[in-house]
Amino acid sequence: MKRIALVGMPNTGKSTFFNRVTGASARVGNWPGITVDLLATKVLLGADMVEIVDLPGIYDLHGFSGDERLVRQFLEEARVDLVALVLNASQIDRQLGLALQVGRLGLPVVVLLNMADEAKQLGIRIDAAALGAKIGMPALLVAAKYGQGQPEAMAALARALAHAPPPDPQAVRERLAEDHRLEAETAAALAAAVDIPERLPEHLTDRIDRLLLHPWLGLPLFFALMLLVFQGVFTLGKPIQDALTAGFDWFRGAALVPALAGLPEMARGFLLDGVWGGLATVTAFVPLIILFFLFMAVVEDSGYLSRAAFLTDALMAKLGLDGRSFVMMLMGFGCNVPAAMGTRIMRSRALRLLTMMIIPVSLCSARLQVFLFLTAAIVAPAAAPWVIFSLYVMSFVAALVTAVVFKGRLRSDEPFVLELPPYRLPTVRQIALRAWQEVRHFLRRATKFIVGGVILIWLLTNLPAGAAPGSGDTFAGMLGTLFQPVLSPLGIDKELTVALIFGFVAKEVLIGAFAVIYGLEGQALAADLAGRMDWVQAYSFMLFTLIYTPCLSTVATLRAEAQSLRFALASTAWSVALAWVASFAFYQTARYLGF
Amino acid sequence: MIPLHQLAPGDDATVAAIHADAALRSRLAALGVRIGQRVRMVRKARFAGPLHIRLGTTDLILRRRQAGQIEVAR
Repeated sequence: MKRIALVGMPNTGKSTFFNRVTGASARVGNWPGITVDLLATKVLLGADMVEIVDLPGIYDLHGFSGDERLVRQFLEEARVDLVALVLNASQIDRQLGLALQVGRLGLPVVVLLNMADEAKQLGIRIDAAALGAKIGMPALLVAAKYGQGQPEAMAALARALAHAPPPDPQAVRERLAEDHRLEAETAAALAAAVDIPERLPEHLTDRIDRLLLHPWLGLPLFFALMLLVFQGVFTLGKPIQDALTAGFDWFRGAALVPALAGLPEMARGFLLDGVWGGLATVTAFVPLIILFFLFMAVVEDSGYLSRAAFLTDALMAKLGLDGRSFVMMLMGFGCNVPAAMGTRIMRSRALRLLTMMIIPVSLCSARLQVFLFLTAAIVAPAAAPWVIFSLYVMSFVAALVTAVVFKGRLRSDEPFVLELPPYRLPTVRQIALRAWQEVRHFLRRATKFIVGGVILIWLLTNLPAGAAPGSGDTFAGMLGTLFQPVLSPLGIDKELTVALIFGFVAKEVLIGAFAVIYGLEGQALAADLAGRMDWVQAYSFMLFTLIYTPCLSTVATLRAEAQSLRFALASTAWSVALAWVASFAFYQTARYLGF
Repeated sequence: MIPLHQLAPGDDATVAAIHADAALRSRLAALGVRIGQRVRMVRKARFAGPLHIRLGTTDLILRRRQAGQIEVAR
C-alpha cells in the first residue's frame, strides 16, 4: 500500500485536514504541536487504498526538538511515497521555507495552502498556480475547517501519487544530511507569486487581545473565565454524575442483587462490591470528562490557552513550569483525572511530568466532600469555613513544594517561544470529536487498572473469609495495625488507617468506609466521630487525606499519560511522603503548643 | 543596538544579531526571527513575564531571558 505523510508546521490546520479526509478523529487544537501519537488511517484515494500518516507539527526539518527529530526519523525510515505539506496561507512568507526544505528530499510533494479564508481576510493574495510552478510542486488553496478545496486536494494527491517513483529511503537519508541555504530561493518564490499588504489590517484578534491581555485586567479576566469553565463543568456535570450513580445503585438493587442471590456470600460480595463497584466508579467519571473537554476544546481551539500561558508565565517560570501548567492545576481542583489528561497540550516531556506531579495535590471535589463531612462533624461552625479555606491554601503550598523539589530533576529544555495564534471559532464538529476521543481514551486505558484496584481493595477489606468487612481481622485491618507505629504520631488510629486504604480507591468511598468500619451512618456516625477525635486529630487526618494520594483513577491516568508505571508509583510515593511530613509537623506542633 | 526586551511596547526595530544556541536559533528562525527581519514589541506581561512580539504575519510570545539573546536596531 502506498503511504502519504502529512507534514506541516504547528497550527496550520494539519490535523483538521487529516480529520476531514479520513473522517477519523485526530485531536485538533489551536496550540502549537498538538498531535501526540502518530495517527494513521487508510482511505480510498482514486482507485487505491492508501495510508495517510499525520506527523507532528514541525517548524524546521533540521530542527532540534523531539518532534522535529521524530519527523526526520519517520521520513528516513518509513517508505513514504508522497508528502502532503500543509502550510498556513496567512503566514506563507515564513512557512514557504519548509516547502523548499521538504522539496529537497527528492520526495514528491503536494503543497496545501490551508486557511485560505484567513489569508483572504488579511488581504493576502496568493496565485497558487504560479507559486507551484516557481517551487516545482503542485500547490492548492484549501480551507480544511470548512472543507473548501478538499475534492481538488484529493485529486491532486491521487495524481501525484500515480506518478510517484518508488520510494528510496536511502536517498532521503542522504539529502537530509546535507545542509541547505534556502532563504534566497524562498524570497524569489515569494516575490513572484505572493502579495502581502505593507501593513496588515487590524485583526479582530488585536482588539480582543487588548482586553484579554490587558496589563491589569488580563489576570482577573483569566481567573473569571477559568471559574466559569470550572463552574460550568461541575454545575452541569455533578447532577449527571449523581444521576448516573443513582442509576447504577438502582440497577444493582433491582437486577444484580436478585440475579446473584443464589451465589455464596463471598462470591456475591466480590461481584457486587468489587467488580460492579469498580465499573460504576469508572463510568461515573465519564460525564465530567466529556464536559471538561468540551469546555477545554473551546478554550484551546479558540487560541485562548496560549494567552493564559502569557498571563501566568511570570510566576510559573520560577517553579520550572509554564502558564499551561497553571491552567491544568486549576482544573485539578475540580477533578484530577481530566487535568492530568489535559497536560497533553505540552510538548516537552519534562514539563508534562512536572505538571503531572503537582496535579494530584489539587483539592478535588471528591476530597472536598470528605472535608465538609468531617469539618461539620468535629469543628465548631464558626471555624469551619476557615478550616476548608486553609486546606485549599495547603493544597497550593503542597503544589509549590512539589514543583520546587522536582524542578531540578524534571528540567524542561524547551525554550519558551510560542506562537500566539489568532482567535478562531472552533466548529462544533471539532469540539465533539475531541470530547468523544478523550472519553474513549480514558475508558480504554484506565478501566483495567481501576477495576483491578477496586477488586484488590475489596479483597483486602473482606478477606480472610469470615472476618467482618473492614474490621481489624481483615487484611486491611492487619495493615492498619502494621502501620500504627508510622501513623500514630500523626494522630491517625487503626480504624482511620483502614479508612485511608479505602480512600485510595476514591475519596467518595472514604465516608462510606467510616460507615462500614464503625457500623454507623449519617448523624450517628458524625456524633461518634466527634467523640473519637478532637480537632487536631481531625485536621491532621484531613491534611493527610488531602495529600497522601489522589484516587485510583488519577493514578491510572498518570500511568497512562506518562506511559510509565514507574512515574505513577513515584508520584504516589512522593505524595505519601509529603503527606506524612505535613501531618506530622502539624500534629506534633499542635500538641506541643498544648492544643 | 539593544536587547529585544528593552524595546517599549509599540516600538518597531530590526533584528540585528541572535546570540542563541543552535536549538533556540533554529526554532527562532523557523518562527520568523531572522537577522534583518522587522519586529514590533506588542506588549510585555507584568511581573517580568513574557513578551508579545510581532514579525510580519506571526505573533510570538517568548520569555525575557530568550529575548535578551536577540539584539535589535531601531
